[in-house]
Amino acid sequence: MKTLAFASAALLAATAIPAHAQEVSDDIVKIGILNDQSGVYADFGGVWSFEAAKMAVEDFGGEVLGAPVEVITADHQNKPDVAANIARQWYDTEQVDSIMELTTSSVALAVQGISMEKEKIDIVTGAATTELTGEQCSPYGFHWAYDTHSLAVGTGGALVEQGGDTWFFLTADYAFGYSLEEQTSEFVESRGGEVLGSVRHPLSTTDFSSFLLQAQSSGAKVIGLANAGLDTSNAIKQAAEFGIVAGGQRLAALLFTLAEVHGLGLEAAQGLTLTEGYYWDRNDESREFARRFFERTDRMPNMIHAGTYSAVLQYLKAIEEAGTDATQAVAEKLHEMPVNDFFAENGKVGANGRMIKDMYLLEVKSPDESEEPWDYFNVLATIPGDEAYINPAESGCPLVTQ
Amino acid sequence: MTMMIFGIPVQALMGQLLVGLINGSFYAMLSLGLAIIFGMLRIINFAHGAQYMLGAFVGYLLLTHFGIGYWPALILAPLIVGLSGMVIEKLAISRLYNLDHLYGLLFTFGLALVIEGTFRYFYGVSGKAYTPPEMLTGGVNLGFMFLPIYRGWVVIASLIICIGTWLLIEKTKLGSYLRAATENPTLVQAFGVNVPLLLTLTYGIGAGLAGVAGIMAAPVYQVSPLMGAELIIVVFAVVVVGGMGSILGAITTGYMLGIAEGLTKVFYPEASNIVIFVIMALVLLVRPAGLFGKDA
Repeated sequence: MKTLAFASAALLAATAIPAHAQEVSDDIVKIGILNDQSGVYADFGGVWSFEAAKMAVEDFGGEVLGAPVEVITADHQNKPDVAANIARQWYDTEQVDSIMELTTSSVALAVQGISMEKEKIDIVTGAATTELTGEQCSPYGFHWAYDTHSLAVGTGGALVEQGGDTWFFLTADYAFGYSLEEQTSEFVESRGGEVLGSVRHPLSTTDFSSFLLQAQSSGAKVIGLANAGLDTSNAIKQAAEFGIVAGGQRLAALLFTLAEVHGLGLEAAQGLTLTEGYYWDRNDESREFARRFFERTDRMPNMIHAGTYSAVLQYLKAIEEAGTDATQAVAEKLHEMPVNDFFAENGKVGANGRMIKDMYLLEVKSPDESEEPWDYFNVLATIPGDEAYINPAESGCPLVTQ
Repeated sequence: MTMMIFGIPVQALMGQLLVGLINGSFYAMLSLGLAIIFGMLRIINFAHGAQYMLGAFVGYLLLTHFGIGYWPALILAPLIVGLSGMVIEKLAISRLYNLDHLYGLLFTFGLALVIEGTFRYFYGVSGKAYTPPEMLTGGVNLGFMFLPIYRGWVVIASLIICIGTWLLIEKTKLGSYLRAATENPTLVQAFGVNVPLLLTLTYGIGAGLAGVAGIMAAPVYQVSPLMGAELIIVVFAVVVVGGMGSILGAITTGYMLGIAEGLTKVFYPEASNIVIFVIMALVLLVRPAGLFGKDA
């Protein structure tokens, strides 16, 4: 009898502990926000994304399946090697379950590769390249806020429609810039437009005048800025100086968000057309989040911040739904569950990991139109998700065709 | 038919040369201050980029908080940056003269990180916009390019500043004291000249020159905490090519490398951020002391 009791107790112990561990590994759900916090993209995402992630965790209640949720963060300095080291360290020794944000395409691709190898989930909100859900897609990788294709369709489409049928590109000399230039070119050409040329500039260029002169002498109607952050701000400011806009050429800031408009000022930015996945002053729900975010950070969120909130929240919902934080099960739930929050209405996740939702075509207001601080955009149009994003079946992602 | 050089129309090339000259003006002003500080104090002033950024931010803050416009700021910003430099020299750098160069470099590098980090904390990296004064806006059509008036002003002002500083150091009594004080401080001190004060002043002038470049750059570039960090390495290369400590070398090389970089942006844009370093490597191979340096 004694032996039986002992045996059953041992059996109970043996099954009970792993069963608990199966629910939430290490008894904690840890999310790492990895992005640029000191370089050209530090306002684009930066520590503010970390704040947004923390807000999502708080709104969810601070725990999932009875285990606490913790958010940690680090600065990858836009260097894929630095990011790769941090990612390995997080996964190997710090029990991080998922890495998110990942501004800068080259970094996102590197970390997604590591995440796939370690069988961990990554949700990219800050990087743009469609490669993430194309040839280099991962069964555990997700792409949330926007991508180069949606920017090309949004901003590129709007300008072609307004008669901008000849283009010249100023392109940032790395994965993101190429991807943005290529997709915008394809889109412009598919609508009967023509690309007259392009010039590739190094990341973090301060002086664009040489490039702008080349763009000016090309005679193209639209100068596409396939760059981001401070690079775009400097290019726009200097384009005005060299009389490019006054001379009748239009600028297409292909990746430009509220944060950069704020830095540039409405005087220089007015009239620009841009595409974002979120604008704070669009409806009551978007405003509600924005006000809370503003109280904590003294700035209004852009689509990276809002998207990071949405990604973290959806990840936690998926863990709850799956009843475990095991990668396979959570990834399945993330693929299945519709995304419904202030950021996305009926967002759906494709087999390639792309979260498909509506995008917004925005126009920067003039200083006179703007009624309060951060009142920067008019919403020109809503671009349905299925138009904005590549159909997963045509994305080139090997997981879809399997 | 338009004339072509290497497949580039002559007109476009002229435009690029001019643009290169404009950027060269900034390089010249910045490397001048750096060369003075190194030449006189033997301090490798890594805080130079931060002081350039400070110049721009002082201009921005004067405008937004006190309504003080560009012209007064052009005097005030370098003064404020120069004075803050003198305080730092008095408190810290003056204690490093007898140590290895490395300590000066480490101190100023750390200082730059602190200043830039502080501004990043308060102002973010997207930076702030600074509008040039009314009379310098707009531009003139030169036929081969549209020259913004402000950029033309930058070239002229930088020439005046560079030549003025060179004259100050090479041709005036104060300049001769300065040069003597670095050559043989003990002897100069024995003649009753206050050498520590001269050194403080020299650092102030160097920092002030960075401040001038900063306020002049404010209307052209975004006023951003990162603006100096991006430029400082290039400026160091300029000083090395010119010959460490050579004032004339720093000025001339500043303009030359600006033009070389401008031309690279036409022929092979991807290399535009490394061309200066390639030139530096080549020059050092042939003339280890730099183009204008005295062989030590």
